[in-house]
Amino acid sequence: MSTIAAEVNDHAHDDHGPAKGIKRWLFATNHKDIGTMYLIFSFAMFLVGGLMALVIRTELFQPGLQFVHPEFFNQMTTMHALIMVFGAVMPAFVGLANWMIPMMVGAPDMALPRMNNWSFWILPVAFGILISTLWMDGGAPASGWTMYPPLVLQTGDAFPFLIFSVHLMGISSIMGAINIIVTIMNMRAPSMSLLRMPIFVWTWLITAYLLIAVMPVLAGAVTMLLTDQFFGTSFFLAAGGGDPVMFQHIFWFFGHPEVYIMILPAFGVVSEIIPTFARKPLFGRDSMIYAASCIAFLSFIVWAHHMFTVGMPLSGQLFFMFATMLIAVPTGVKVFNWVATMWKGAMTFETPMLFALAFVFLFTIGGFSGLMLAITPADIQYHDSYFVVAHFHYVLVPGSVFAIMAGVYYWLPKWTGYMYNESLGKLHFWLSTIFVNLTFFPMHFLGLAGMPRRIPDYSTQFADFNMIASVGAFGFGLSQLILIYVLLTAKKGVPATDAVWDNPEGLEWTVPSPAPFHTFDTPPEVLPPLKQEQHA
Amino acid sequence: MKNDTPSPLNNLKLIGGLLVLVVGMFGFGFALVPLYDVFCEITGFGGRTNTETVAVEEAPDLNREIRVEFVTTLNSYAQFEFAADVPSMVVNPGKMYYATFTAKNLTGGTTIAQAVPSVAPTAAASHFIKIECFCFENQEFLVDEQRPLPLQFYVDPELPEYVDTITLQYTFFDNVRAANNVR
Repeated sequence: MSTIAAEVNDHAHDDHGPAKGIKRWLFATNHKDIGTMYLIFSFAMFLVGGLMALVIRTELFQPGLQFVHPEFFNQMTTMHALIMVFGAVMPAFVGLANWMIPMMVGAPDMALPRMNNWSFWILPVAFGILISTLWMDGGAPASGWTMYPPLVLQTGDAFPFLIFSVHLMGISSIMGAINIIVTIMNMRAPSMSLLRMPIFVWTWLITAYLLIAVMPVLAGAVTMLLTDQFFGTSFFLAAGGGDPVMFQHIFWFFGHPEVYIMILPAFGVVSEIIPTFARKPLFGRDSMIYAASCIAFLSFIVWAHHMFTVGMPLSGQLFFMFATMLIAVPTGVKVFNWVATMWKGAMTFETPMLFALAFVFLFTIGGFSGLMLAITPADIQYHDSYFVVAHFHYVLVPGSVFAIMAGVYYWLPKWTGYMYNESLGKLHFWLSTIFVNLTFFPMHFLGLAGMPRRIPDYSTQFADFNMIASVGAFGFGLSQLILIYVLLTAKKGVPATDAVWDNPEGLEWTVPSPAPFHTFDTPPEVLPPLKQEQHA
Repeated sequence: MKNDTPSPLNNLKLIGGLLVLVVGMFGFGFALVPLYDVFCEITGFGGRTNTETVAVEEAPDLNREIRVEFVTTLNSYAQFEFAADVPSMVVNPGKMYYATFTAKNLTGGTTIAQAVPSVAPTAAASHFIKIECFCFENQEFLVDEQRPLPLQFYVDPELPEYVDTITLQYTFFDNVRAANNVR
């Protein structure tokens, strides 16, 4: 790294440089600043969505209606899902992408920095609108995040605001995805071939293409809802010749790739972390890339497994069942590759590794319950039960969210220049892991016993497991206060070395810690060797 | 192959391509509407039945009895009394039958209604043939008017073996009140 070049560049940027109060953030075009804003925003949304989850778990602590009205309960489940999906998990991965992709491919910044600024600043507006619906006549949307008509059309004044905020989230995601693709395709260091790109960059490239392919479909679906409600069309109104079931097809054509949008970057993060702490090359590196591409392709042809109970011809049920089960093959390739990477490795268990290990173990549990749900006759029994809730929370919380936390702990010393508090990190990990299982594992039993989801009251036979789940939820929520403390004191530790960890792989570890405002003004000519090349 | 400095032209080409994909996928969402329609016509998916007059061609199968149940519902905008005159009939496939429904206008004004049929199970939908149906057209009702609504149908003998009961469900919609959002 030539520090002289960096200084010269800083001088050239003096007029709108990095150190001028609020304007640094409002007009930010630096990928690191924007990445930071994405991460802080997503963490704030994670806390807001988490508070809504605690409202849900408070009401479900005991059978009967104690604390909130059923209408408000439904608003909470709907808003919790929308905020967690679009406000917490997706922006967190975009934040990691902004911070890391340019440094990982040896680029000075994202390809389209001003669009990058837009794609971030649209988000607070979108969620400001969405959250403001809580105070509108008729309350916030309460139809579930899937927005099925005709129920969603009964939303009060909030309805057009819901649609508009979903449009804005879509625009933000699409702009972010275009930016990431252009950066990866056009701004890589000249010596970096596609197959040599870090796995995190690969998974994000695939994710960005998924985003571009399906976010416009969601935009189309909600636009049809809007015109059905206000402009006299009948896309989903049976009276005018439409069909509400069609919405479900269009929604899940978006919705299923969407779940892979939330997990593929998590695969990438974990694939970066495990080789570092196992001190071995990633097993089957190329097969990881092919498996991710394969999962992305399959995600487009399985959507109707969300709709088995709606009814479809036998041939349709069989097709969607087998196509869904097929996804277990590339996913299995990934899980076994992670395990094989650790096999006979010199493992140490720092916080990022702990989160990555929990990811592999607990995501796999979520994968297995997904496989159970793929079986059409079984799904007809499990549909809309707490078993489904247990399944998707296992893949999203100890799946995606744990991977994000693993990534934050892994790269935090590179961002701040100091080691975080390792003991508190480990405490955060253990409490989160214990409580996340305490929260979601009993939900499997509740679902198999027949407890429906999206219900504020339940039969007394479900009381014990619900009480355990509520205790777990509050424990998990409070555990996140440790993360807040670790982040606030992130600069109080010992200074980090440039490599931070023991011989990690990738260009981001060749720049100083903390990473200077401008990195790779000129692309690196020689790439650091991959781990397998080091062993050769 | 690749330049050291990113070329703005390359960026524009790639962005252009990606934007075409975005617009294309937005359009694809809307293209699913007619595609879905065609799919339903062919498979009878969604309980879709025929909407045109057709003639009976098959010989009746007097050895087989199928129970046809009638279910009526009102859309939340509709204010009518609406029911089948008999709740169910036992029919032979291939033979013509008549059924009557009765509707009474409770809105206190004139209005236009439309009945939308749906047949369950899905496998039976394309085998339930309506020769004449009040659901083919809008139905105008005067103030407090009550009148019978006729249905003429037969069950196609090609109906799959395992189907012994067909449920025909009508939802009654009030087009005027739905359009003006009056409940």
